[in-house]
Amino acid sequence: MSESLTALYVFVLACFIGYYVVWGVTPSLHTPLVALTNAISGIVLVGALLVTGLDEAGWLASGMGFLAVLLASINVFGGFLVTHRMLSMFKKKK
Amino acid sequence: MNQLAVAYLVSAVLFIFALKGLTHPATARRGNLFGMLGMAIALIATLLGAEVQDYLLIIIAGVIGAVIGIRVALRIQMTAMPQLVAALHSFVGMAAVLVAIGTFINRAQAGTLNTVLMGELSAGVVIGAITFTGSVIAFTKLQGIMSGAPIKFMGQHLLNAAIAIATVLLAVNFAMTGNVFSLLLMTLLAFVLGGTLIIPIGGADMPVIISMLNSYSGWAAAATGFTLHNNLLIIVGALVGFSGAILSYIMCRAMNRSIINVVFGGFGTDSSGDSAGAVAAEKGVKSASVEDAVYWMEDANKVIIVPGYGMAVAQAQHALKEMMELLEARDVEVKFAIHPVAGRMPGHMNVLLAEADIPYDHVLEMDEINPEFQGAAVALVVGANDVVNPAAKEDPTSPIYGMPILEAGRANQCYFLKRSMRPGYSGVDNLLFYQDNTSLIFGDAKDTIEGIVSSLKGGGH
Repeated sequence: MSESLTALYVFVLACFIGYYVVWGVTPSLHTPLVALTNAISGIVLVGALLVTGLDEAGWLASGMGFLAVLLASINVFGGFLVTHRMLSMFKKKK
Repeated sequence: MNQLAVAYLVSAVLFIFALKGLTHPATARRGNLFGMLGMAIALIATLLGAEVQDYLLIIIAGVIGAVIGIRVALRIQMTAMPQLVAALHSFVGMAAVLVAIGTFINRAQAGTLNTVLMGELSAGVVIGAITFTGSVIAFTKLQGIMSGAPIKFMGQHLLNAAIAIATVLLAVNFAMTGNVFSLLLMTLLAFVLGGTLIIPIGGADMPVIISMLNSYSGWAAAATGFTLHNNLLIIVGALVGFSGAILSYIMCRAMNRSIINVVFGGFGTDSSGDSAGAVAAEKGVKSASVEDAVYWMEDANKVIIVPGYGMAVAQAQHALKEMMELLEARDVEVKFAIHPVAGRMPGHMNVLLAEADIPYDHVLEMDEINPEFQGAAVALVVGANDVVNPAAKEDPTSPIYGMPILEAGRANQCYFLKRSMRPGYSGVDNLLFYQDNTSLIFGDAKDTIEGIVSSLKGGGH
């Protein structure tokens, strides 16, 4: 099986997991859900690290990688923190 | 390489647990911690992996990004959450574009390009670019930089279709030939398409747009994963992509509209309001004072509050919390009724009420609360409109016919806090205004609630 085909397997199966997990999310937490998925889609940071970290990367690729690392880091740090802030507000009656 | 794969697997599992945590508010914070842990593992493993050899640029960019992200996250007002989310979506989109093109440059240099890779790369670029400009437009609409009114012109859908087809053809050409010019033109067109797709969509369809862009940002991450043959990115992309898609579906269902109808530009103009009192009298609407509302509420069995976007605009949630406490001190049961599309993003109202320290077990979803309106003494509608309009049930000619509503009109007394007689975003007149048990209290929602609060305090019963 080619690498791309394996990737397709992983993708399709992950779609099913996403489908079932997300339907379980309570509607009252839909905003934190958007914020959290936003934070974890900051995982493109991994891609940005791979582009930037390559020793042979030229200035153009490095520059693009640099910008990508910067943007994705905002997402990761900002996303998780703001989700945390929001979720801390959800309290039960004392 | 194997350690890296194992680390990614652990991290993917943690992300799934993170989403699973959001099943209930009690487990949600732990879920978020799982998410952070998963991210930390993935990043550290990548940094320690053999492929990352040069750290200087990464550290500089990472620190700048972290500082900006943390500062913004700590300072952002909860009412501005939709804007923040839109901005963050745009970053994911742009990062995906940059990673794809950066990968192309690196691989071209190493001479390891092939058709499949360039096809995957094209998907990353196109989805990422659409996500970026789409989110930027959504941001400017939410921030009020651009009018929330839909922008429509002749041949708009034809134009979008033409751009889309041209983009796909260029992608195919690029994958076959590796022509840099095709890549650049394709990227440019995808950026344009992101904008032209979002401008015809009205400001109040924002819950759908936010969800859709959320979904796109996931697909962009997945496409990047295909390009890099990175299973973690593929898994995360699929999770996020589906999350956004499901939210879009839930939002559309709550408006009884199809996603096609929303995407191709629905209703919602920024109609300017006429002077409130005059129009009200003309149409036979009763207006009431704060004292009237207090009279019915202070000895009520139950008061149900229906918040809408107007509550967010007026920042009335803290005053509502005070009112809730005063009423509860008089043994009045107070509940909040949330329509799925109230506000500018999914779950917007819940966050604002949580911010004001209103316990989440007082806040109920539409299906749970609807049976309770019948028999409740007062329904207090704070800055909501279409979501309580009985026209959705009774008038088959109404554009909102078929939309599920909160049945506020079934309460013994229904009070609307309104700024003016201006209709809701659908532009549809609200039949509930003319019902016998309905009265309107004109003015700023926050001022009115504060008036109720001070009246309840001063009452001295």
